[in-house]
Amino acid sequence: MQAVTAIRSRTVVMPAKDIDTDQIIPARFLTTTTREGLGESLFCDLRYDADGNPKPEFELNRPEAAGCSILVAGKNFGCGSSREHAPWALVDSGIRAVISTEIADIFRSNALKNGLLAIVVDPQTHAWLLDNPGAEIEIDVVNSTVTLPTGESVEYPIDAFARYCLVEGIDQLGYLLQNQDAIRDYEASRP
Amino acid sequence: MKPATLFEKVWNRHVVVPETADTPAILFIDLHLIHEVTSPQAFQLLREQGLPVRRPDLTLATMDHSTPTTPVTTFKDLAVVGEKAAAQIVQMEKNCGEFGLDLLGFDSAQRGIVHVIGPELGATQPGKTIVCGDSHTSTHGAFGALAFGIGTTEVGHVLATQCLLQRRPKTLAVNVEGRLPFGVGPKDLILAIIGQIGVDGGTGHVIEYRGEAIRAMDMDARMTICNMSIEAGARAGMIAPDETTFAYLEGRERVPRGDDWDAAIARWKELVTDDGASFDKSVTIDASSLEPMVTYGTNPGMVVGIDEPIPDHGEDAGFRKALDYMQVESGKPMTGNAVDIVFVGSCTNSRISDLEQAAAVLRGRHVAEGVRMLVVPGSQQVKAQAEARGLDRVFIDAGAEWRESGCSMCLGMNGDTAQRGQLTVSTSNRNFEGRQGVGARTVLASPATAAASAIRGHVADPRPFLKEA
Ligand code: SF4
Repeated sequence: MQAVTAIRSRTVVMPAKDIDTDQIIPARFLTTTTREGLGESLFCDLRYDADGNPKPEFELNRPEAAGCSILVAGKNFGCGSSREHAPWALVDSGIRAVISTEIADIFRSNALKNGLLAIVVDPQTHAWLLDNPGAEIEIDVVNSTVTLPTGESVEYPIDAFARYCLVEGIDQLGYLLQNQDAIRDYEASRP
Repeated sequence: MKPATLFEKVWNRHVVVPETADTPAILFIDLHLIHEVTSPQAFQLLREQGLPVRRPDLTLATMDHSTPTTPVTTFKDLAVVGEKAAAQIVQMEKNCGEFGLDLLGFDSAQRGIVHVIGPELGATQPGKTIVCGDSHTSTHGAFGALAFGIGTTEVGHVLATQCLLQRRPKTLAVNVEGRLPFGVGPKDLILAIIGQIGVDGGTGHVIEYRGEAIRAMDMDARMTICNMSIEAGARAGMIAPDETTFAYLEGRERVPRGDDWDAAIARWKELVTDDGASFDKSVTIDASSLEPMVTYGTNPGMVVGIDEPIPDHGEDAGFRKALDYMQVESGKPMTGNAVDIVFVGSCTNSRISDLEQAAAVLRGRHVAEGVRMLVVPGSQQVKAQAEARGLDRVFIDAGAEWRESGCSMCLGMNGDTAQRGQLTVSTSNRNFEGRQGVGARTVLASPATAAASAIRGHVADPRPFLKEA
């Protein structure tokens, strides 16, 4: 995994609450056996109309969304299915961070394992971000802060281990494999 | 010893390395269920790193998500679900063969939805930690197991090490007081609970369902309840095992035998929340005042009683969008909305007692003209059981389609989908936009409500049919 220490970008804002993983990537795209190329299907049913034409009003289709790598979303982002295809599709589309006031557990866990920073900020900061789409903000992953263009900087909570893995670019499987002796002892101690 | 909750007891028994401020716990997994959709990339990872599966004996594989529910006799028939889905199914066979895993594949009479077959085979047991690359793994918590969904990277972790890195979640007690009234079932109860606590009410928590109504339920009903924990944001839902649990498990293929069975029962009896143990949060719901529940919006928390008017949240943008998508109006009840498709199936409601409930309403009656009804049993074993009881005849005589097992229209990956704008009354668990097909509208309900709606041709209360019967 690539190390992620800082992300600086304009934001794209999807204010809707409860954006579920079926919306992020509909089930019919889950027949793949690889991780790549899912970006094309990201938010497919929100992005395209019945004839397959892009909907101009959809947030990610607007010209100003081009090149944005921080997605600000409404509460409870990523709820629903455990499909890791959701973070894969976001990453494949160039999204590197998702900010909300609440992020569903499994989605967050999956995101962090793919170098996609999924974080919650306080309601005031979130409200400011919703009101100012396109704002250029900076996320300092080492110090767990988000800095707004106003100069204001807020800290966000993140699991220490998840941050360590992101900053160092460490794959969690490696850590588990280092603990094989403990696993063997545990197995031996079981009835 | 300090009083502990059911969750804490199961968690504590599986800690390989305790958590610290800097590192999560390493948690041992007793049963890893895998299916064709969320595992291919994990096997790829093993190949890249040259790793074997650590415990094939604790791994159980099946095919359910993208499989056809029309009879398949040769691999060529797989083409019906599309080239990519067929490739995924073939890949699963290959992966299980290469890594030496037990696969209940196409030719197996034990194949079925992963959350139906685990319990059915007795692989799901009290006190186990159970994971699967599928959020409805919460189902298995009905047996007093700690069971939760994981992502594909984690599927790789468990294949390689039989362990997961986890922070200990918080606990939420859902106390269900009183008994469910006549004609109101477990699906209605869980929809009411989600309506009350919200689709994020359980985020970060493991739920324990407690109280009189839960104790009175059979295992199929408890599985329906735990299944939908994730729809309230909780990764896991648990119910303490009791005589009902033990009676269900006794004699099943994968449970211990003889003295080992007795020893297992003794261990399992300890799996209750001690008096004086505390939960991080708790809520109470009165079962006795409930009626059949249906969803009106685009998440499982948008739910009303069958006779109740759809609420009004004014100009809230998300709420308006959901109502527009569903083509329903505030102030009106859901009854009366015309139905195109009725789907009885999914890991929420495809077990034998679910099929019995639908059949009780349908027996001697007929599906309304213009309505298509699919009945998809949860496993090949459920299918055989239903056929032995003559339920297939009830469905077929009523004009419904009787299918092979699988996830089918729950997520519409296998070609079983609804068309744009069509309304489906579904016994599954998610009414998200597009879940059952692009632009398709979903109303979640119990098997009885689904069957009543099929007969009437619009969303309907099942109770009149049950009284007549
Ligand atoms: S039946 Fe539906 S919810 Fe259950 S495992 Fe299959 S797709 Fe998932």
